[in-house]
Amino acid sequence: MGTMRPQITPEKTDPVFPEIAQIPELFRTCIQCGVCSGSCPMGEVMDFTPRKAAKMIADGRAEEVVSSNTPWLCVACHTCQVRCPSQLLIPDGLFPALRSAVMAEGKPMEQDLQKALQNTYLYGNPMGQSPRKRAEWTKTAGVPVPIISQIKRPVDVLWIVECYPSFEPRNQEISRKLARILNALGVDFAILGHEERCIGDCEWLAGERGLYEMLIERNIEILSKYRFKEIIVTDPHAYRTLLNAYPILGGAYKVKHFAPFLAERLGQLKPLFKKKLNATVTYHDSCCLGRKTGHYDEPRTLLQAIPGVKLAEMIQSRESSLCCGGGATTIYLDRFIQERAKDRLADRRVQQAVATKAEVLAVACPYEPSRFEDAVKVTGNEEKLVVRDIIELLAESMGLE
Amino acid sequence: MKIAVLAKQVPDLVEGVEIDASGKAVDPTSIRYILSELDDHALEQALLLKERSQARVEVFSLETGEARETLFAALAKGADRVVMVQSGQESPPDNHTTAKLFASVLQGSAFELIFTGVRALDDLDGSLGGLLAGYLGLPYVGLVRKVELAGDQGKAIVEKEYPGGYAAELEVELPAVLGIQAAEQPPRYVPVSRLRQVMKTGNVEEQAASLPSAPPLEIERLYKPEEGKGATMLSGSPEEVARQIANILSERRLLR
Amino acid sequence: MANNILVVAEHFQGNVTDITFELLGKGRELARALGGNLGVALLGHDVAGLVTALGAADVVYTADRAELREFTPDAYAAVLGNAIGQASPRVVLLGSTSVGLDLLSLLSARLELPCVDNCVALNTQDGELVATCQIYGGKLFAEVRLPQQTTLVAVAPGMFPAEAGRVTRNPQIVYLPEVAAAPGPRMSFRRWIEPPPGDVDITKVPILVAIGRGIQSADNVPQAEALAEALGGAVCGSRPVIDQAWLPKTRQVGKSGMTVKSKLYLALGISGAPEHVEGMRGAELIVAINTDPRAPIFSVAHYGVVADLFDILPPLSEEIKARQG
Repeated sequence: MGTMRPQITPEKTDPVFPEIAQIPELFRTCIQCGVCSGSCPMGEVMDFTPRKAAKMIADGRAEEVVSSNTPWLCVACHTCQVRCPSQLLIPDGLFPALRSAVMAEGKPMEQDLQKALQNTYLYGNPMGQSPRKRAEWTKTAGVPVPIISQIKRPVDVLWIVECYPSFEPRNQEISRKLARILNALGVDFAILGHEERCIGDCEWLAGERGLYEMLIERNIEILSKYRFKEIIVTDPHAYRTLLNAYPILGGAYKVKHFAPFLAERLGQLKPLFKKKLNATVTYHDSCCLGRKTGHYDEPRTLLQAIPGVKLAEMIQSRESSLCCGGGATTIYLDRFIQERAKDRLADRRVQQAVATKAEVLAVACPYEPSRFEDAVKVTGNEEKLVVRDIIELLAESMGLE
Repeated sequence: MKIAVLAKQVPDLVEGVEIDASGKAVDPTSIRYILSELDDHALEQALLLKERSQARVEVFSLETGEARETLFAALAKGADRVVMVQSGQESPPDNHTTAKLFASVLQGSAFELIFTGVRALDDLDGSLGGLLAGYLGLPYVGLVRKVELAGDQGKAIVEKEYPGGYAAELEVELPAVLGIQAAEQPPRYVPVSRLRQVMKTGNVEEQAASLPSAPPLEIERLYKPEEGKGATMLSGSPEEVARQIANILSERRLLR
Repeated sequence: MANNILVVAEHFQGNVTDITFELLGKGRELARALGGNLGVALLGHDVAGLVTALGAADVVYTADRAELREFTPDAYAAVLGNAIGQASPRVVLLGSTSVGLDLLSLLSARLELPCVDNCVALNTQDGELVATCQIYGGKLFAEVRLPQQTTLVAVAPGMFPAEAGRVTRNPQIVYLPEVAAAPGPRMSFRRWIEPPPGDVDITKVPILVAIGRGIQSADNVPQAEALAEALGGAVCGSRPVIDQAWLPKTRQVGKSGMTVKSKLYLALGISGAPEHVEGMRGAELIVAINTDPRAPIFSVAHYGVVADLFDILPPLSEEIKARQG
């Protein structure tokens, strides 16, 4: 495997949020091959696997699927979607339709997810923090982090920080380090600060069409006030939504995840590396940066450029990388999923990392550090493995901690 | 069977609250309002009874804060009728005033049950439900977590929460007022698209009511507690530290 | 209206509850300051034996009848209305509890008397009474000057020392007459629902000993349980501990577990990851022990110790046991 299939493209109109009633038509080309079910990390514990669910819906048995555990067990790793011979939208289409149907029927929802959606509606972030505090993390960054509404001029790069990197302490540290790296590179950048709201990936996967549209409309409106050449994002979930979904609703921007952005500037970065890290690093391809958008090489390029870093590959890597189980919506379904799964995906992944004999598990997605660090403790591997975002490793070598 | 739900807007603590220049009141411009959490439970409990016993649910709210959106959300969840009560009051009045106002609105209205959250975070002068029951001369039970109808709907069997996991099962003759602590299931979610649709097609009735006079409580001063900046670190040998911790617990009256 | 204080007593399963003693202690202090007497209202059935425990009061107003065996708001409010009439107090003190909360509002409306709730302090100032009430989830305090008429005050449990109210004596007894059944009994008590055996609702336990990964193995959990028992509380844990099945799911604190607002949260070997802190940051007193000086738990804790929890646990358990006597 490993062929990158085109996902959502601006030419395809309104692929997101089909209603359940539209699924039979949209899935007409499903050949029932079962690659999806076979690839699915949660397939064993679903009442109905994706293949079966598609068939049942086509046969008029949608209600059974809606009432089963299936809608809430998808971790949106997209392994099925990239492998589907008919290029069907499963976590991006089938599952939002199922989840939307559950919500429309007023059935009880997993409370963590309900709270996250309600918080996003009220405050623009799932944690329920005041939007006014969105730029608090910048105060101890040690370098200026301009807020575009305050500097009132065009910038080269608008950095969309997103919710977890703005509010979650472990990730706030990573954000500060990226700010220092951008500063060291002399990048002309700014952030949205308190005007920033959730980009909408969580709402897409959760099937909350109304909130998804509301967020995108609002974000496009805010972005239209400012002039910038490109957008960079820390969060791969936001990256792929900006890339794939925003153009459909009228917001087409030049967007890069920080990995390709920094990889482009490798020539400038290399002279800034001061310290040799002397570590074997294994890189975890996150679902959004890997399968969904095809950036397998740039993160590795960055890591290998760091002096003293040797790369080791896990048994499931690149396109077949194993999801950490904590994506934009899945993190709020943790309790539900853990009650049914036989093991935790993050634990499985950490064991794979340990098996490579690497000392560092490198990640590039804000949901991963806490998740994997938890798994390292639970699996008793604290002496063997640490978890670091690529940004942290770069900053360490650049002496920017 | 008709059930009335009283929904109140309270300050949203996420956005913080500031005290005004007088030091005796909250600065209204600093506040963003949301529905009181336990009133959401009260609505949910009413909707559950509607589903189980074909009851009719009507929601009332004073015109403060985001009451209009809250009432639309109630319609979206399944309420049969929602009413905005306009009394010309700009900021939410205290519970005595509110209770007297609703007593006049609901007098003679034939609701078998009136639900409201047993408390709201800005309660200073008692709980709305108990006061309302007192003014209407109706029975009242607070801290209710379960409601079942019995006796051909002439009675309700309720569970009232006590500490330590205990609950009392009481039988109450209707009509009655119940102060809800928790609905039997968490308040249901309203998808944003449904809310937007209801805002276009739904109807919020308006009803005028004159604000009763009730002598307000005299607040001398409002103030915020002091904020710490992280833990006070204790040090010494394990025995010394143990002693220090025990002292702290003792001072806080946490040792029996 | 005289300068008397009237406390509404509560009892559960044959014992006067702590809140009653807390109110009696405070009531005694206020009565002395105002120059009035301290009365206590005791309602129930077969409660004569509890009278001497209420010795801090000068007079006990009691109604001892079958229909009052268990608390029902209607019946109690009717009788208390009469007691208030007889005692003519300046202040009626109730607990902000399952019992007091219902009575506060019912009585306030029926008797047209002012009331305040969530009182955490009550003092005399130049002969007037000032109540400090906690509102807005603890984010604000309001100082309220009580009106010049009988006022009902509901006090948060645990704010005043119970010892000050524990006096064994024989106060004067006044029997409250039967109140003419106005609208008749409109509610009746059917039964108590007990918590399932062995299954603790940690959201309702005021003292929690929380364990994290630092407890290291299931074998060490009993040490934490012993400390919890000495403190009269329960053990809870962060997610890794539950994932390892060292504690049942019902004991999990944090994002996919429970949110607790206990009076004491003793965090042992818990790093303080946000998913956990989310579930306990509202605890009133947080004491954390962790070997890592940069553990995030220290920024949410009130007191912290950088130490191995196994070094601190034994002497701490000893200290607690010694003080509990």
